[in-house]
Amino acid sequence: MRAMVYRGPYKVRVEEKDIPRIEHPNDAIVRVTHAAICGSDLHLYHGMMPDTRVGTTFGHEFIGVVHEVGPSVQNLKVGDRVMVPFNVYCGSCYFCARGLYSNCHNVNPNATAVGGIYGYSHTCGGYDGGQAEYVRVPFADVGPSIIPDWMEEEDALMLTDALATGYFGAQLGDIVEGDTVAVFGAGPVGLYAAKSAWLMGAGRVIVIDHLDYRLEKARTFAHAETLNFNEYNDIVVEMKKTTDYLGADVAIDAVGAEADGNLTQHITSAKFKLQGGSPVALNWAIDSVRKGGTVSVMGAYGPIFSAVKFGDAMNKGLTLNMNQCPVKRQWPRLFEHVRNGYLKPNDLVTHRIPLEHIAEGYHIFSSKLDDCIKPIIVPDAS
Amino acid sequence: MPYTAQAPNRRESNEELKARIPGWGVDLDPADRPAFPQERFAPEVTGAHWDFPERQPGAETRERSIEHRFVTPVFGTSAPLHGLSGAIRRFAYDKFSEGRAAHWLILIAGDRVDAAGSHLRSFFTLRPDNPVSETGVKAELTHGGFRSRFGRGRADNRHTWIDSILIAGPWVLAGVAAFSIVRRLAKR
Ligand SMILES: NC(=O)c1ccc[n+]([C@@H]2O[C@H](COP(=O)([O-])OP(=O)(O)OC[C@H]3O[C@@H](n4cnc5c(N)ncnc54)[C@H](O)[C@@H]3O)[C@@H](O)[C@H]2O)c1
Ligand SMILES: [Zn+2]
Ligand SMILES: [Zn+2]
Repeated sequence: MRAMVYRGPYKVRVEEKDIPRIEHPNDAIVRVTHAAICGSDLHLYHGMMPDTRVGTTFGHEFIGVVHEVGPSVQNLKVGDRVMVPFNVYCGSCYFCARGLYSNCHNVNPNATAVGGIYGYSHTCGGYDGGQAEYVRVPFADVGPSIIPDWMEEEDALMLTDALATGYFGAQLGDIVEGDTVAVFGAGPVGLYAAKSAWLMGAGRVIVIDHLDYRLEKARTFAHAETLNFNEYNDIVVEMKKTTDYLGADVAIDAVGAEADGNLTQHITSAKFKLQGGSPVALNWAIDSVRKGGTVSVMGAYGPIFSAVKFGDAMNKGLTLNMNQCPVKRQWPRLFEHVRNGYLKPNDLVTHRIPLEHIAEGYHIFSSKLDDCIKPIIVPDAS
Repeated sequence: MPYTAQAPNRRESNEELKARIPGWGVDLDPADRPAFPQERFAPEVTGAHWDFPERQPGAETRERSIEHRFVTPVFGTSAPLHGLSGAIRRFAYDKFSEGRAAHWLILIAGDRVDAAGSHLRSFFTLRPDNPVSETGVKAELTHGGFRSRFGRGRADNRHTWIDSILIAGPWVLAGVAAFSIVRRLAKR
């Protein structure tokens, strides 16, 4: 089969690989019809995630058709159209039993601090991902769902991570009616979070980024107010001014490890890997939110320490909520919202790229060229 | 104003927001949201039909975090440890818990050794690494590199140039080294 393969930082190519085989009785092999590149993939692509091995295939956002099932699989059969959450999880460990699907203890021998994620380095379990023609899906009775007939494929694809995560991020903000919600980052996760904040009754939603074309999308797609942090000397002061010096009630970090806006922070982390991630946006969130407020962290950081302003968070009595998204828990409600037209996930898809051109796809998304928001990869076998 | 007791006035009423935003307030009740509370005991809804999963074969040689009692019943089998980078990585796993910076810094070192070794080895294959096609820089021409980057007030323009050095630097250095070796040999 054809598969995306990592060759080292900033380098990927398409190679011929063996079609994955059933390695556990509850495995399925899925033929991928659509995959996506995620902001999280960029952390791998830039060499920031420890134990990212040459030869692995990335891709934790994919949908497809069941190609083969293991002997203990009961809920899926060959030919089913499935959407697969980005989490690999067993459904039966201490954490899965409590709904913490993203924190499963039975799927990642390499680390106890992270669950399993498809195509996301050995630190997340060493699974090959879905930016390929076929992918191994462990615990086929637990993770995947059959795509409802009425659902569009690109919408299903967005539900495997970005939309579920944005919606989850808004929930972890503990938004109550009338709250002012600040969303840092106007990538797919931030835009979906901003949109979701309204469903939870936000009174104001303010999106912060430096890319004008994405802020434009925040206004049209997410009905939000916007601030371009590059136009202000100090975005924290600007946030105070616009909230009558109170601060936002809730702030959501939808940026993560490669945040811009502070050269030292960015270079020490993204370029020279001396920190687990550049916490610029997280620090802005901590400083922009009001005392007693809530910060929801969706942005991903590496396992090495980062220079986070913990003192401010403590002195302000903030609540910090965060996790990798337990995707499938969000689905029943999100299916309703998509069906009712409250959420139109594929409005954010800007690029549809054949698998053979995936190196260009990564470059476009990583460098934010051509007004790219969400790129989709289409393998040729489909 | 936070200097007095009352919250600032709302800018828009619920009615105005409902009129402007499809679905405003449909998930108003915090207790009726799918991720609330984050921890909720419900093993019956996951689809798992086992107490503990059957064990996938191959655990004997599989590296693991020493914070785990054993290799988890299911694990990824992409790119098993091999060669020098494999030895470095195994050392990080065997010696240091995830709580130690050394664990992660050694793994990162293993990543760099892996990448450099793979590049070198690729020159002895039918498909050597190609820094141009593999970085996808062609997209700069086909997808508006210049138009997308300049005159648009992007904060990352301040450090994008570092990327080119980090990516191309090692190739240039390797080229210079190879050239000087060849020249020295030719002079003999
Ligand atoms: N928790 C989860 O389950 C989960 C799931 C998916 C993605 N993520 C993480 O969410 C983050 C965003 O993902 P994405 O796909 O939207 O990525 P993206 O790269 O498309 O978006 C990030 C955005 O942040 C902007 N930005 C950079 N610095 C900023 C700053 N200081 N302040 C405000 N904005 C800034 C960038 O311009 C960009 O638009 C990533 O870190 C990703 O790893 C987490
Ligand atoms: Zn993702
Ligand atoms: Zn589990």
